[in-house]
Amino acid sequence: MAAPVRSSPRRDGIATEHQRAVRRRRVLLLLGALALVLAGLFLTVGVAGSWEFALRMRSRRLAAMVVVGIAVAVATVLFQTVTNNRILTPSIMGFDSLFVLIQTAGVFWFGAAVISGADVRLRFAVDLVLLVGFGALLHRLLFGRSQRDLYVLVLVGVVLGTLFTSLTLLVSRLIDPNEFITLQDLLFASFNGIDTQLLTLTAVILAAVLLGVVRLLPQLDVVALGQDTAIGLGVEHRRVVNQALLAMAVLVGVSTALVGPLTFLGLLVANLARQLLGTHRHAWTVPGASLLAVIALIGGQLVLEQVFGFNSSLSIVINFVGGIVFIALLTREPRQ
Amino acid sequence: MIRIENVTKSYGDTRVVDDVSLEIPAGGITSVIGANGAGKSTLLSIVARLLAPDTGRVTVDGLDVRTTPGPELARRLAVLRQENSMSVRLTVRELVAFGRFPHCGGRLTPEDRRLVDEAIDWFDLEPFADRHLDQLSGGQRQRAYVAMVLCQGTDYVLLDEPLNNLDMKHAVGMMRMLRRMATELGKTVVLVVHDINFASAYSDRIVAMRDGHVVAEGPTPELMEPAVLRKVFDVEVDVHEIAGQRVGVFWS
Repeated sequence: MAAPVRSSPRRDGIATEHQRAVRRRRVLLLLGALALVLAGLFLTVGVAGSWEFALRMRSRRLAAMVVVGIAVAVATVLFQTVTNNRILTPSIMGFDSLFVLIQTAGVFWFGAAVISGADVRLRFAVDLVLLVGFGALLHRLLFGRSQRDLYVLVLVGVVLGTLFTSLTLLVSRLIDPNEFITLQDLLFASFNGIDTQLLTLTAVILAAVLLGVVRLLPQLDVVALGQDTAIGLGVEHRRVVNQALLAMAVLVGVSTALVGPLTFLGLLVANLARQLLGTHRHAWTVPGASLLAVIALIGGQLVLEQVFGFNSSLSIVINFVGGIVFIALLTREPRQ
Repeated sequence: MIRIENVTKSYGDTRVVDDVSLEIPAGGITSVIGANGAGKSTLLSIVARLLAPDTGRVTVDGLDVRTTPGPELARRLAVLRQENSMSVRLTVRELVAFGRFPHCGGRLTPEDRRLVDEAIDWFDLEPFADRHLDQLSGGQRQRAYVAMVLCQGTDYVLLDEPLNNLDMKHAVGMMRMLRRMATELGKTVVLVVHDINFASAYSDRIVAMRDGHVVAEGPTPELMEPAVLRKVFDVEVDVHEIAGQRVGVFWS
């Protein structure tokens, strides 16, 4: 027996649940199609010389963008849900600045030559362990019983982030200017020259985390209503928040270790997904935000390669365009 | 039956709930009254397992609220807090549908949808069902929240100041709804209420708290006595029988 569904528009012009569902599906399909088109363009535009070589190189970069896009988007949506706040991103917890500090300290102690020449797998492992370890440590030290403690956690993250940034500034003043140039390259997110094995490893970790996250999605919808309401509706609030934060730390850790800091992208796509889909339900916003992140990364990389001829960085392209979109979004949003 | 045994809760050095033991029988409306800071909301939160007590325990139909799995308890006991600001934007129908979460885990069956529609009808929310909560008046929004709680289909319903911010008309409407929930649907309704006359007119039992203690409890007529009310509120209250109801006069 099917549930009665109202499909005729209401007289007062307010969309019914059914109309909203149709619209959501359409938006998601459109985003999927756009991502596919961009991926196709990315693989084929301006190939000169060997197609086989170009395709192999480009599909590796494409895969990296898909993996990182999804990781950043999911991490941000999770973080915003458990903190009940739409303008926070995991970067506020100091993940980005810790990554920058690790690179800077590495160059300072071992020299740029050693760091650039070191096995990328070793660097990835060190970055990953430190980032995820940092997330787990923050959480273990501070997470108590209630939502209020979550804000303490965020606040400590902010303070530590500032500390990392200051340490980075101190160390980078002590660094040889030539080495500093090498360091700068390490600090911008980049999809060029990614190791295939690392990429595979990241994809496997991402898939495992996503499997866990999918089971959490309906409960996250309830957690977004606030702690008391969630507990009242029988959700084990603390357990869900713990699992979401753990998933977030791993996702931010792998994506940052693979390509560098990109968390602003998360802020952008998480909010854009909610706006476009007109729902808070994670079964929609998580895939929506992931697709948007993939679109932004491929689009940004296309612009970077074809328009600027690699003479810029992906972070700059995305932050520039993303910043404008985000401000437009904020000014358009109806105030309550 | 809700059984509260030796429950204590302190914030810092202040004992907000001090060694309270109380039984709330199944059925009817029980109002918890008392001055600000008497510990009413804290006690309600502890019963609804939103707060952990420092000592003591609470059972609902024999189930310990601290150890019973969340979904199982959520099918017996629903709670509505005073503050319900949400960071997500929901329509009335979406909000009410969340009441079915303990039963369906987020996947609404046709039966769940029917119950959602029923709860919306019950509270006359049909005209606003597809509107967002921030587009409603305070009274409509409050009804939507109570509709969600009703939709949870529990035997026990706990409400923390459901009349907060409601005008006369909506407050009366809300109390009538709660009365119907108790009488027609056989639910046990426990609410924290500030207005002793609403408590007097609509509840079967009253629990009076002061400084973290239960100072009096029993059937409504026994509690609506000047001596009892003076002890609870530290205010002289004349009680008059008007149109078959005990009315406390305390304004002058």
